Amino acid sequence: MRALVALAYLIIFAPVLMVAVTSFFAQEIISFPPPALTLHWYANAWDKPEFLRGLVTSFQIALIAAAIGVPIGTAAALAIVRGEFKGRGALSTFLLAPLAVPGVVAGSGLYMLYVLAEDFFDRDIKATVQGLVAAHILLAIPWTVRLVVASLQGLDRAAEEAAANLGASPFTVFRRITLPMMRSGIVAATMFSFIQSFENLDLSLLLVGPGRTTLPVAMLNYLQFRIDPTLSAVATVQILLVGVLMATTDRFVKLSRVV
Amino acid sequence: MARLSVERLTKRFGAAVAVDGLELAVREGELVALLGPSGCGKTTTLRMVAGFLPPTSGRVLFDDEDVTRLPAYRRSTGMVFQSYALFPHMTAAQNVGFGLEMRGLGAAERAAKVADVLKLVRLSHLADRLPRELSGGQQQRVALARALVINPKLFLLDEPLSNLDAKLRAEVRIEIRTLQQRLGLTTLLVTHDREEALTMADRLVVMESGRVRQIGTPKELYDEPADAFVADFVGRCNILPGRRESETHFRTEGGLLLPVAPAADEHKDATAFALRPERITIGFGADGEISGAVRAVTYLGPQTEVHVRVGDASFVVIRPTPGDDDRLASIKPDDIVSLVWDRRAPRLLPQIS
Repeated sequence: MRALVALAYLIIFAPVLMVAVTSFFAQEIISFPPPALTLHWYANAWDKPEFLRGLVTSFQIALIAAAIGVPIGTAAALAIVRGEFKGRGALSTFLLAPLAVPGVVAGSGLYMLYVLAEDFFDRDIKATVQGLVAAHILLAIPWTVRLVVASLQGLDRAAEEAAANLGASPFTVFRRITLPMMRSGIVAATMFSFIQSFENLDLSLLLVGPGRTTLPVAMLNYLQFRIDPTLSAVATVQILLVGVLMATTDRFVKLSRVV
Repeated sequence: MARLSVERLTKRFGAAVAVDGLELAVREGELVALLGPSGCGKTTTLRMVAGFLPPTSGRVLFDDEDVTRLPAYRRSTGMVFQSYALFPHMTAAQNVGFGLEMRGLGAAERAAKVADVLKLVRLSHLADRLPRELSGGQQQRVALARALVINPKLFLLDEPLSNLDAKLRAEVRIEIRTLQQRLGLTTLLVTHDREEALTMADRLVVMESGRVRQIGTPKELYDEPADAFVADFVGRCNILPGRRESETHFRTEGGLLLPVAPAADEHKDATAFALRPERITIGFGADGEISGAVRAVTYLGPQTEVHVRVGDASFVVIRPTPGDDDRLASIKPDDIVSLVWDRRAPRLLPQIS
């Protein structure tokens, strides 16, 4: 059993580990064993302005998309679990649907929609930060709906009744009891939304504008002309950032309990 | 503390009637238990009294104030939930202080009251623990303290002991009852456990299918049940359907003739013979009026239960466990015995009053 678990971990982490290891290989075309180890590729990545700019852009977009998508998704989750209207099931399916649509398809669809909307409103949408953020909100909403619905369903409604029984008005009940009890779900949703957006390539591919490229798109662009361990170096930094984020989140909310 | 009056209270869920024209009065300082099988409407009634559920019709009054339309958070009842419903993100002290905070008490005054009530339930040393760090019994005491500290008009208990193990249950039962009497709390208790209801309540309300079957003290319900359902629900009972045959006998559907007292004030539709198992004595041999073969003997510590087949009917007899030199101690299955009871012990009851 132990061995199986270890094997599973190995299979999961081997690619990640390979990326990190090869980022220190000295030669351009990767081969074993490496002739020498170097930090050259990290320096090279640092020298290329598109990577740093991409990192900053990705960070901004992910932050804004999560900041907008998570409250929307949370409100939707509340309506789905607590509302008493027809079509709650349909609403839930609709909001989870973006998870099932391949990113490239959704991206192309949005691209065409944006072109039509540009004609209609007579203003730029498709290569703007706003356009990209709107697309990434579509990544945040399904994750939030899923995680917050799960946390709401596991919530003891008697605690809310107890608060009302002790004299708390409906708004106070929500603020003091419901929201804190949903906290772990919301925190997890925020983190997942952020990571989904931060790492997204396929959906963003057609929607980025010049000078506003996200990091994954910048990496793909670089790959079109060169193959060297610079990308491994960039990817290692990216993996580290996500790892730190998950570890920090886990300190506040035990992720294994909500996901 | 207030009086509680419930007038013609009815709750329908679609076509189903959960509570049907319920009338109930709880005097100041009295503990009344709503007792009945699941689905009898007892919890629905409690939830309407607490204000969590709007009644379809009827009224709920605290003293003379009509609270039927008042939302739960303005009724000032203190409720202990079956699941305790503690706030998982607050410590025991914060849980207890929540109601005081909602009443606008300052931090210092709050702390003093919380400390007092935690002392009352012997939890002072655990004030800073979160609910998940407390045992079931401790959580239950936090829930009690939280409901008591706000000085409620009415104390509501929803199956408060059902999540405790048997030994603890007996202890907490006495603890709650003592506290309730000492503080003079007007209390409505909901339970499906007859022992809990009989030992805790001043009066019981036996409910079935949304209706009150009978209201009375534990002794009244046990000794003078209004119908066969109540007789069976508040304690073990031998119930046999049939008809009165004569001044002195009742004939069961299976044709047995059972001795009973002359017709007195019994219900004219009496179609059931009801006899508590401890009112029957056992004689040896078939020389009595009623005799049959022993089917099983069950030792229950202080009591012994004997099942006897008479004709096509089966009687349960409960006797104090006999000493070793008692002839009854050697009784075993297939022995022929006779059953004897005082003619005044059986009651002839309608199936449903």
